[in-house]
Amino acid sequence: MLTQIVTFLIFFAVVGCILYGRRLIKTEKVDAVFGNPERALGGTHWVIVGSSFLLLIWLYYSWDIAKGFYPKSANELCQVAKVNDSLLGLKYQFPIEQRELKSTSQIKQENKNLKKISIEIQNSNELNNQQKTILIGFISKTTQLIPLLTNEDLIENETKQKIIEITGRINLLTENFQKLDYPFETEQELNDRLKAVGEEGGWGITKVNAGSGTIENTIEVPLIPATSRGLKFHTAAQELNLISDEFFKLRNHNPQFKNKIKDLKNEIKLYRKSLDDSQEVASTYAKNIVKIARRIEFASIYPPNALNKMQEAIIKFDNAQIQAQGGLRFIDIFLFPAGTIVASGPSCSEQGSGRWLPKPSDTFNKFILMSKPSVGYKDIPLLWIKMVDVSKTIGFILPDWIADILPGEYPVHTTDGIVKQNFKGSVLKVVTGDFKLFKIPVPYGHIWDSFMRVFLGLVFGIIIGVPLGLFMGLNRFAKGFFDPLIELYRPVPPLAWAPLIISVLGIDNTGKVFLLFMVSLSIMIISARAGASGTQLSKIHAAHSLGASKKQILRYVIFPNSLPEILTGIRVAVGMCWGTLVAAEFLAGTTGIGFVENVAKKYFQYEVIWITIFIMGMLGLLFDVTLRKIIDKTIPWRGKG
Amino acid sequence: MSDLISQNLNMVFKTPKGETVHALKDLNFTLKKGELLTVLGPSGCGKTTLLNITAGFIRPTSGTITLNNKEIDGPGVERGMVFQQGALFEWLTVSENVNFGLRMKKKDPIETQKKVDEWLEIVGLKGFGNTPTYQLSGGMQQRVALARCLINDPDLILMDEPLGALDALTREKMQSLVLKIWKETGKTIILITHSVEEALLLGERLYVMAPRPGRIHKEYNLPFASMGLKKDLREIKKNKDFSAKREEILEMIWNMEEEIMGKEI
Repeated sequence: MLTQIVTFLIFFAVVGCILYGRRLIKTEKVDAVFGNPERALGGTHWVIVGSSFLLLIWLYYSWDIAKGFYPKSANELCQVAKVNDSLLGLKYQFPIEQRELKSTSQIKQENKNLKKISIEIQNSNELNNQQKTILIGFISKTTQLIPLLTNEDLIENETKQKIIEITGRINLLTENFQKLDYPFETEQELNDRLKAVGEEGGWGITKVNAGSGTIENTIEVPLIPATSRGLKFHTAAQELNLISDEFFKLRNHNPQFKNKIKDLKNEIKLYRKSLDDSQEVASTYAKNIVKIARRIEFASIYPPNALNKMQEAIIKFDNAQIQAQGGLRFIDIFLFPAGTIVASGPSCSEQGSGRWLPKPSDTFNKFILMSKPSVGYKDIPLLWIKMVDVSKTIGFILPDWIADILPGEYPVHTTDGIVKQNFKGSVLKVVTGDFKLFKIPVPYGHIWDSFMRVFLGLVFGIIIGVPLGLFMGLNRFAKGFFDPLIELYRPVPPLAWAPLIISVLGIDNTGKVFLLFMVSLSIMIISARAGASGTQLSKIHAAHSLGASKKQILRYVIFPNSLPEILTGIRVAVGMCWGTLVAAEFLAGTTGIGFVENVAKKYFQYEVIWITIFIMGMLGLLFDVTLRKIIDKTIPWRGKG
Repeated sequence: MSDLISQNLNMVFKTPKGETVHALKDLNFTLKKGELLTVLGPSGCGKTTLLNITAGFIRPTSGTITLNNKEIDGPGVERGMVFQQGALFEWLTVSENVNFGLRMKKKDPIETQKKVDEWLEIVGLKGFGNTPTYQLSGGMQQRVALARCLINDPDLILMDEPLGALDALTREKMQSLVLKIWKETGKTIILITHSVEEALLLGERLYVMAPRPGRIHKEYNLPFASMGLKKDLREIKKNKDFSAKREEILEMIWNMEEEIMGKEI
């Protein structure tokens, strides 16, 4: 429903904006010549058209429009695909979608193989003349097998009868298929089927039930035929499977052929036995010849006109089923671009863009589902809050050795088995956070974890990198001493460090925060250094003349002067950290957006993959916009000094 | 005795190529309190070096320079400096720039604010206290720089081509301002300039310096600064005496430049 409304809205928005744009051109004063950058100003309506087009392409290629307007179409196409799948084996026997009869192409292929092997034998240096003669004899005998299969006079009556029977079954199916009430379903069957359909659910994510449902319970394409048209195809497919099995069980083996091939096999067997280990080459050639003979034996090779009736029957059925598809064919062509529903055996799946490009409606539903803290992903919500006692924070901040350095001993249990608390013990309780105060809400979840890692890595990088960078910009010793360290690790892509750091510091937060700290540190040092060394000498001279001390010059002149570089550095570092973090979470971890995407990848949960992509994009954008705002606010003088 | 006395001041630089450049050679002069000295000369004659030594940013190779009988061995508040490009702290507002020196000395904020308002009025920037400096025009920025220097009440004001980057009109206004401040505060001022006219107009005394080695080529005592205190500056420029002096000095500098060019070619 939502998809339909959105599709219409987008359509009208695009049309409206294009009309508005055209009218604007007409009414606007044309005083800007080509090349004037002013001509690129404004144009919000084109932004709407641009984003609408993106959405429209997404809706179209993810087949969400098909899902919105024809929710049953995937199910019906699945039944059609089942028929095509069942029909495939039979069709391949005839020049229906192929150029030649299967028998013809097989004979061609085996003749070619025999010829190739015969040339090889004749030119071989490792075979003596006697061996060559014997092997060529085998080849000619194998070649002589083929006419025994293709001779119309030799075909057995039993086989003929079977072919006629199968043809009859196909014709009967075609006749029945064209009847309106095929497959003559009873009231009971109908009810059972509809019940099963209801239980199976619709196409994609149709039932969002956060209470009971985990997110893995979506159906790609529902299998049970939901419509009478679908049922028709479904039943026909089952019947076709039986017919097809029957046909492929059939072998065109007459007594002459059977004898000949038996003799040939025995001869080759005896010959191979007579050879010793030194004549392995001849043995191998003999084995290959037997292989070709066997292939000829099991191929469905028939005389040229023996299956004509059957071919006609199959074509007739194929036409009938195409006709029965009716409007469904047009839905398939126009609303299932770049792919379609494909059946293999009993199951159906989306093949093409609809598979890896999740439907906006599905993605939205899954996102709503995942946002619920009770669902989340792998039992962890995306972003939620939990109540944590303040004592935990206090215990974390206060170091435990405060209790250790107090005079006295920790309490020892008495002979009665009672532990009497003393002052030192009480202090230990406080510094380890083992007490109750009041609870405060603390955010947690995948998004929060990723955010905190970036934030902490960045903060540590800034705290250490900025002073060090300023120092390096002003002091020859510092520059020379720290430069090798930084220049050694900085050019290495941060992800190259990840395996080492994660294996040393663990897959949890410590490793990742340290990795991000490394990333941000080098960027902050370089930007702070550039800022410090870029300070105009006259400003420092001025500050000196005004009576500022060294510390004051650092704090009030050099630091603010480097602020533009530092803030730009932070902006770069945030981007780098964000990119590195997601990849680091890919490598190892138990929480975080990158972790979610990595797990989703393993289970082919395309919707989840796209959701994580969106979340990462949005967060990245949020970081950048926030920093841009901060930069505009804090250093308005940038570029104007 | 609050004189600036220079004795046998020598400054020798080493270029990266290893050549020695004699930026200043045996400079001897005395500047009495309240005098306005302008220094003129072609580029490379050591004007800025002299100023930097006086400010204490660099040490002379030999010789001494004393202010109030105290040898100059580092930058100090008693020697204020005004730079060509203002060298304002663009992240601060006008008043924050002006009170920078007093803030660094942790003076009483209320008193400081009063002084800032006074000085802003003197330099003609009343009401601009909260304007960010990067929004000011070049002339206004120089006014801020002047106020920032003067608020510290220095004994000696060093000006390194303070009006060099201004347009002609603003420059003329600023020249009057410099004269006005000189008269009202009675400070000793050394002003370096490229402009012969400016040097003549503002300088009570004028040194024309010559390059290689940097030395005082000629010394003038001029009446125009005192005249400028009473009269319009443009009137003085029409003065015959003024024109004659200007031509004389211009020719002197031309000859120096030609000498250098001739040597180089």
